Amino acid sequence: MRPLDAGIEQFLEAYSATPYVRELGIDYRGHGPNWAEMALPYRERLIAFPDEGFIASGAIFALADTTAGLAVFSALPQLEPIATLDLRLDYLRPATPGLDIVARVSCEKLTRRVGFVRGACHDGDPERPVAHITGTFMRTTAP
Amino acid sequence: MIDPRLSPFARMLAIEVAEDGPPLILRMPYRPFMIGAPERLHGGAVAGLMELAGSTALARALEGSDARFKPISVTVDYLRAGAPADCLAEARIIRLGRRIAHIECHAWQDDRGRPIAAARMNLLIDRA
Repeated sequence: MRPLDAGIEQFLEAYSATPYVRELGIDYRGHGPNWAEMALPYRERLIAFPDEGFIASGAIFALADTTAGLAVFSALPQLEPIATLDLRLDYLRPATPGLDIVARVSCEKLTRRVGFVRGACHDGDPERPVAHITGTFMRTTAP
Repeated sequence: MIDPRLSPFARMLAIEVAEDGPPLILRMPYRPFMIGAPERLHGGAVAGLMELAGSTALARALEGSDARFKPISVTVDYLRAGAPADCLAEARIIRLGRRIAHIECHAWQDDRGRPIAAARMNLLIDRA
């Protein structure tokens, strides 16, 4: 049984209550055996430059990291600590001002010590991504 | 963004200029909302600080021109767990071309020689 199957409500509640996740307003949207989807609401204080109205890339990066972490947790055989080793975002186009940003990330491969993730962000249409996400996570208590 | 205080997102993170440089150094004073895993800075907050250091450094380098820029790719490597404490980040412009700028950033807390994260950014420049 996977960790999110057992006590999923409790885990997701705690994950969403992570202070920085809550501060940015990141919401849980869904998850499966090796994937997760979360959303970043459009908010004034997340804007990079007031004259353009685009969400700061740093806020999108935090959404990607948070969603990728949940994807790895979804894939783990039991609940254990993980840490982001590296994460890369390719910003394909600016997100449309006023629209929420959705990240969907899969843990494509899980080894004894590492989880490999891949995903994308969009602002309403998954066929028109705003960013690609690639990264690796360490299972920090693995020998 | 010559001054990080002009950016709402930078204001949310209370980011300030620590050293004008070069290299430019920004400081992110610790706030309890920056926590991710228990007793650790959220990697997203550290990434946000480094991205702001990079874009502020580039804005300063392009000061006086009408050039605008946007990130194309950002890669962050997490080297150590971040403690619940202030964080600093420096940005070095490795190459400033006509169309592309490549910037390297490092973030640290109490010891500059022990970085907690590094970032590489490629930014597209639009020279009006």
